[in-house]
Amino acid sequence: MYDVVIIGAGVSGAATARELSRYQAKICVIEKEEDVCCGTSKANSAIVHAGYDAVTGSLKAKLNVRGNEMMEGLSKELDFPFKKCGSLVLCLDKEDYPSLQALYERGVANGVKQMRILDREEVLSMEPNVTGKVYAALYAPTAGIVCPFGLNIALAENAYANGVEFRFDTKVEDIRKTEGGYELHTSKGTLSAKCIVNAAGVYADRLHNMVSDEKMQIIPRRGDYCLLDKSAGGHVGMTIFALPGKLGKGILVSPTVHGNLLIGPTAVDVEDKEGTNTTREGLEQVIEKAGMNVKDIPMRQVITSFAGLRAHTETDDFIIEEVKDAPGFIDCAGIESPGIASCPAIGEMTAQIVRDKMGLKEKEDFISTRKGILNPETLDKEERNALIKENPAYGNIICRCEMITEGEIIDAIRRPLGAKSLDGVKRRTRAGMGRCQSGFCSPRTMEILARERGADMSDITKSGGKSHIIVGTNKDTL
Amino acid sequence: MEKYDIVIIGGGPAGLAAAVSARKNGIDSILILERDKELGGILNQCIHNGFGLHTFKEELTGPEYAQRFISQAQELDIAYKLNTMVMDISHDKIVTAMNREDGLFEIQAKAVILAMGCRERARGALNIPGFRPAGIYSAGTAQRLVNMEGYMPGREVVILGSGDIGLIMARRMTLEGAKVKVVSELMPYSGGLKRNIVQCLDDYGIPLKLSHTVVDIKGKERVEGVTIAEVDGKGKPIPGTEEFYSCDTLLLSVGLIPENELSGKMGVEMNPVTSGPKVNESLETNIEGVFACGNVLHVHDLVDFVSEEAAAAGKNAALYVKGEEAEAADGREIILRPVEGVRYTVPGTIHTARMDDTLTVRFRVGGVYKNCYVSVYFDEERVIHRRRQVVAPGEMEEVKLTKEQLLQYPDLKTVTFKIEDE
Amino acid sequence: MAIGMETRNLICINCPMGCPLTVEMDGRTVVRVSGNTCKRGETYAHKEVTNPTRIVTSTVRVVDGASDMVSVKTKEDIPKGMIFDCVKALQGMQVTAPIHIGDVVVADVAGTGVDVVATKNVERRP
Repeated sequence: MYDVVIIGAGVSGAATARELSRYQAKICVIEKEEDVCCGTSKANSAIVHAGYDAVTGSLKAKLNVRGNEMMEGLSKELDFPFKKCGSLVLCLDKEDYPSLQALYERGVANGVKQMRILDREEVLSMEPNVTGKVYAALYAPTAGIVCPFGLNIALAENAYANGVEFRFDTKVEDIRKTEGGYELHTSKGTLSAKCIVNAAGVYADRLHNMVSDEKMQIIPRRGDYCLLDKSAGGHVGMTIFALPGKLGKGILVSPTVHGNLLIGPTAVDVEDKEGTNTTREGLEQVIEKAGMNVKDIPMRQVITSFAGLRAHTETDDFIIEEVKDAPGFIDCAGIESPGIASCPAIGEMTAQIVRDKMGLKEKEDFISTRKGILNPETLDKEERNALIKENPAYGNIICRCEMITEGEIIDAIRRPLGAKSLDGVKRRTRAGMGRCQSGFCSPRTMEILARERGADMSDITKSGGKSHIIVGTNKDTL
Repeated sequence: MEKYDIVIIGGGPAGLAAAVSARKNGIDSILILERDKELGGILNQCIHNGFGLHTFKEELTGPEYAQRFISQAQELDIAYKLNTMVMDISHDKIVTAMNREDGLFEIQAKAVILAMGCRERARGALNIPGFRPAGIYSAGTAQRLVNMEGYMPGREVVILGSGDIGLIMARRMTLEGAKVKVVSELMPYSGGLKRNIVQCLDDYGIPLKLSHTVVDIKGKERVEGVTIAEVDGKGKPIPGTEEFYSCDTLLLSVGLIPENELSGKMGVEMNPVTSGPKVNESLETNIEGVFACGNVLHVHDLVDFVSEEAAAAGKNAALYVKGEEAEAADGREIILRPVEGVRYTVPGTIHTARMDDTLTVRFRVGGVYKNCYVSVYFDEERVIHRRRQVVAPGEMEEVKLTKEQLLQYPDLKTVTFKIEDE
Repeated sequence: MAIGMETRNLICINCPMGCPLTVEMDGRTVVRVSGNTCKRGETYAHKEVTNPTRIVTSTVRVVDGASDMVSVKTKEDIPKGMIFDCVKALQGMQVTAPIHIGDVVVADVAGTGVDVVATKNVERRP
């Protein structure tokens, strides 16, 4: 019997697990995919919003501002990439100026600090590639960008270090109320827990509805993105938004924390909870609308496109609460934008609900810090050579686009909750994430995975499940 | 810091030919830096035949062609380091490289020859919509898996792009037991060699659909099928022409891009058309003593021409090191100008004082032209007017200019290359 | 058209022009080639309809080698119709390193009278 089972190893689940690991409790995170960060958390804008967007008084507003304040400290404690690059919301038409003003005022009401409204000249001097049509912009220096994989993995690894158990490839099929809590019937057997945290992203409604008569509906809202090569990464220095419309914040143009340029997302409500397919219309819309805010985007430098699903609810707010007719079942649902920005605060809030419910006591030996995978580029020449001498794998470049060494890949595989697939390696090290999109390095990364995991090449997958890379050997079916 | 007269970045066909030529032109101190575990570059995975007809007057496979040059380099005692990645080249030619044994190390070069080759365009460059499951490979990745490692990446295959690698892989996959269902080409013509279309597709009854592209990829974990549609003149899919092919693999052969990240970082000026360095008649970049050849300079279709070009770069680098490179005494630089159907020329400029007696100018055309003329103008005067039954983007063209010819025009400023109807 | 006459359509591979060739045949004898714009087209058509042959290239697994596979080819052209017999003869084959360019991997493959030879040097695994 676990004290707490957290369903979902995305940022919300991982942040909750990490916060709960401060307390004396037997905790398990279960995840239907083979790794952490496989759903909404892996495909989003990776923006740490300042917090002026959400309606004042909403959970989104409160947790965004709090999460934004926590993020920098957390990035240092847990060693993941974060950059406070600032953001601009562009007003292209004098007539829309009152909306910009309103946004500023909402930001002030939400507690966002240091915002300013800039006039055209100030905007263009800060961001010369912003469209010349710009009339004014809301500048929020506290906005930032983060590596969503780095954030998610760091939270999970730190939770693991503090005793949280993780079970992957484990899908919850049914939940039943029992005397002292709940029984979870999963694809890998039955678990029982006194308390459940439902952090299942776009599937949170299915789990909620297993235990509650007050039905919830999550609408997967798909967003298509294009990612550009690092050579285009300096096109803008800050995240550039258009004034928000009905379906969200419009198409943004942003540097990423690793120096690429990201444009997107669209916003299309879909039925398929696995519908992360991009569409031609979506990608065309991204390209067209990004060009309305930022000029001369070098679209020839697109290296990949992808789509993510936001977990939208009709309440348009995060739902973080104990379910009324299901005591001990805590929803952490409807986590769409600004979910990444809010996640430290989401974890904190969810954990507090559980703590108070169960009367958990703090541990004395909580480990608050975690070291990420060593990036040899942060070392000077002497340090790097000492490292290679000690472990020659750090002298062997595997991914030539991102300059990732065998040493980093081995670390990614061997560390706790380590990578099991090509995507797992990619999200942890960036190997395969560069301009050739793993064309050169995937066969070599597969060899390392096979060797390290004692597996056959034919067992290696792109992302777990049936996503095998090779299907046989030459002439085997001739 | 170790010092070499010439450091060659890349030990593929270009790097090897450049090294052999530099040695034959009197340079002893040469080092090749190769990132792979063996010399020969991409030829090692090009196990099909058809290489060497120009160079050796016989038809060789890729590995055999590579071995001819590897043997020459070894006989000439040319030094090389394998499994070694060049991390940086400074403007003053300090090459920083890394491997398991030496760690991070620096070499001072008098001359540098860039011979890093090219990479394949990825799916993102085409913005192909759909899911992103396993089973989507660039043709070259599949070629490596099958030819070098003996693994089948799939059983039922659709290929997008009819460049030579895509065509070659259609045959390879078929002969290893896979079923290649269709090759789809966005353009109204194939980017590959005619003989590859006949011998790799027609021989095996594999259909080639011109003016068709992939509009959707189905399958969340592994590819389950792709949808192909016809495109209009602007490359836009025509609604109603969609056709679904069930398959577990999509191979992409949608173009090659010279790998010039190192060159760009060191300040080499690039030609946006070729994505390779701008070079003069000596294949020298804007940085003195830095030369480029092979697919890093512009993408070739025949390795024989890579070897020829690389030999010129090696020789010129040798002359540079020996200080024998003729001064461009008259300071006269002739600009080569590609217009009207000609997309680019390599080289881009000529100093007549430094050129050999003849200079091969290579270029590609932007479309298929039938019954046309390749014309070369010395300023306003047409001096070459060669009738061609057909020229196509898939086949590199060349024109030889002689020094004698150029010297007859002492005030010549521009040589213009164009395709004309008459 | 006389009995036994047939026509075959080919694409000439000699240059990018890709002339569509029509070959009229009487049994195994070429009566007429049309569609070609040069002499090379006619020569190609004759060979292609009377005795089409190909070099076949493939791979064979290597035991104890520095590489797992060695590339191979038929030393000479074999009849086009024998291509699959040739690669099937290589199915499941293994050779032991070292192996060098020109080494015979299969003699007289599929009864064609042509040897399959290695096209790459693979040394013993160190």
